[in-house]
Amino acid sequence: MMMLERGLAPLRAARLSALAAAGGMALLFGTSQAFADTVVKWLHLETVPAHLKMWEDIAAKYESEHPGVDIQLQFLENEAFKAKLPTLLQSDDAPHFFYSWGGGVLKQQSETGALMDLTEAMRADGAAWEKSYNPAAVKGLTFNDRIYAVPFKMGTISFFYNKALFQKAGVKAEDIKTWDDFLKAVKTLKDAGIAPIAGGGGDKWPLHFYWSYLVMRNGGQQVFEDAKNNEGEGFLHPAIIKAGEQLAELGTLEPFQGGYLGATWPQTLGLFGDGKAAMILSFEHTEATQRANSGDGKGLAPENIGRFPFPVVEGGAGNATDTLGGLNGWAVTKNAPPEALDFVRYLTNAENERLMASIGMLLPVAVGAEDGVTNPLLRAAADQLAASTWHQNYFDQDLGPSVGRVVNDAAVEIVSGQMSAEEGARMIQDARELE
Amino acid sequence: MTDMTATMTAVPATASGKKVRYKSPTVRGRLPVLILFLPPALLLFTVFVILPMGEAAWYSLYRWNGYGTPQQFVGLRNFEVLFNNAAFSQALINNGIIILVSVLLQIPLALWLAMMLAHRIAGVVAFRLIFFLPYVLADVAAGLIWRFVYDGDYGLVAAVAGFFGVATPYVLADRGLAIYAVLAVIIWKYFGFHMMLFIAGLQAVDRSVLEAAEIDGATGWQKFRYVTLPLLGSTVRLSIFFAVIGSLQLFDLVMPLTGGGPSNSTQTMVTFLYTYGVTRMQVGLGSAVGVVLFVICVTLAFGYKRIFMRHD
Repeated sequence: MMMLERGLAPLRAARLSALAAAGGMALLFGTSQAFADTVVKWLHLETVPAHLKMWEDIAAKYESEHPGVDIQLQFLENEAFKAKLPTLLQSDDAPHFFYSWGGGVLKQQSETGALMDLTEAMRADGAAWEKSYNPAAVKGLTFNDRIYAVPFKMGTISFFYNKALFQKAGVKAEDIKTWDDFLKAVKTLKDAGIAPIAGGGGDKWPLHFYWSYLVMRNGGQQVFEDAKNNEGEGFLHPAIIKAGEQLAELGTLEPFQGGYLGATWPQTLGLFGDGKAAMILSFEHTEATQRANSGDGKGLAPENIGRFPFPVVEGGAGNATDTLGGLNGWAVTKNAPPEALDFVRYLTNAENERLMASIGMLLPVAVGAEDGVTNPLLRAAADQLAASTWHQNYFDQDLGPSVGRVVNDAAVEIVSGQMSAEEGARMIQDARELE
Repeated sequence: MTDMTATMTAVPATASGKKVRYKSPTVRGRLPVLILFLPPALLLFTVFVILPMGEAAWYSLYRWNGYGTPQQFVGLRNFEVLFNNAAFSQALINNGIIILVSVLLQIPLALWLAMMLAHRIAGVVAFRLIFFLPYVLADVAAGLIWRFVYDGDYGLVAAVAGFFGVATPYVLADRGLAIYAVLAVIIWKYFGFHMMLFIAGLQAVDRSVLEAAEIDGATGWQKFRYVTLPLLGSTVRLSIFFAVIGSLQLFDLVMPLTGGGPSNSTQTMVTFLYTYGVTRMQVGLGSAVGVVLFVICVTLAFGYKRIFMRHD
């Protein structure tokens, strides 16, 4: 199909040759550096300046202790990261280690041989390295008894709310226990002229948290596991369809800000940070990210942010203590130098995890780093995780890239009224059966 | 081409009747040239055009996530899935709309502006530059700029709506409106290119023919309709050709604007390929889209050249 572009060749040639020149320069630059140092390429998607500063400091410290190692941070935006990774992993320019959400995506990557099997390294010396982490975290990154990523952090999704806006509308967070309570709160906020929820429909996955949690609350662990393994009624289970219906009901209240279907996740966080929406269903470190994405760079003051777990549904099989959230790790690619492995171990040791926890960046997975969690909102998330009766990885990661993306699509279509709960479930089940 | 005609005319000049005898020396004379100059082009063409095309056709018969080599042969299943997919149908419809709008709105607009800017009047160069400027911008940059313009909270649209005191329309988040918003950006982005083609074409139009028409008492419209337009015919046909092929391949403008959303309402074939093939790691399905796109492009391109550009 590219052949047909020949007509425009003169116009494109300039652009191409510029690209080629830039590529050549990069090559030259890269090799000249390789002579001097062992370069460790670290691919991430962190956007919060304070967090990046922390990483740069850790990397600088490591470099000073290990002369001849050059740690290079490479950034890709979240969506771009996910889209580019499959291609990148198979190229010669693959990063040495990169951010992973575990689950089906990591499993699929591990099956391709693009990743380094970390089992031997982590179990050497009486499994000293492996034992330095929370066992549940390691387990979540292990497939068929092979470890494919170094644990980095755990997280949980819950509601964050703007205390001032809640007060203005007369809504009390403590009263939101069930899904009906939640819907009532949405209505009250709306009547008070406040956008109840900041939703990132443009990126889709921010809205799939609603569907995921409703599935967990209605169906419980067994129903989801069956659906994931394509057993029984799969995603057409009545509890899953009911979850969709409840999501559709939320949608009819028009709970999100105007234009939410076009909003990206950073915009959504910014909206919450600017005080233009009362709630957001989001990650444990929302206090930091809403600040970074807000219009004035300050966002909501920490004391103005409250937090409550996703409500239960009446008659549902799931518990209020079941949690949806992440388990993140660093996947190491197969051609990574030993220095990369050593650095990842350094990055995730108790000392550094404690440091990162202390600035509100993460909930640590390294044993002995828990006391670093001083931020009250993070502390609450850590306590919720510690009491979790079932911790489920993000659906779109757990179900793998193709089914996961269909879940995201379905969630947006259902909540925006384009698709019935049943049609959405059917679309996901079809995708699952095609796997 | 010029080289060939030169030798062909040279042959009968030296030899009178027996063409066959004299053919071999000319071939022999051109052989070193062929050996020297053909392989690089042929090699590049094979490696970068023929091979990827063949590969895409091959992948399209497999279920493959892009890692390793394709193993799971599924026959024409990917094409079946594709043509039953509502988002792909929408993408086909959108590509059709984009072609129509490009040909029926963008090209007349470009022609109209070109007619005005082809004359040597004061300030004409500045206007040409202004109109051509959007085309110079990178597609992604243009997409991002327009995303800000359309932004319902902080963008120009929000400011305008606020000024008139009406509710802000979130055009890019509206299933019914998003495609028109994208179409507007497409016209804005590419009309300058067609305008430049027309200006070049207009400058080649023989003034004396127009003067003759004027002396015959032709009105402005008649001069345009019966003199300028026919003389500009080859440029118009070329312009339409570019517009059609460009429309089919539209991608980098749409991604930053809407990413194909909301609800796939602004999906084009290539954004569909990217969203469903690349990001979902379904390279087989993506390749099937590539094959369909290729067939459509080739059919249109050759068909168009055959029918409309025969004499150009």
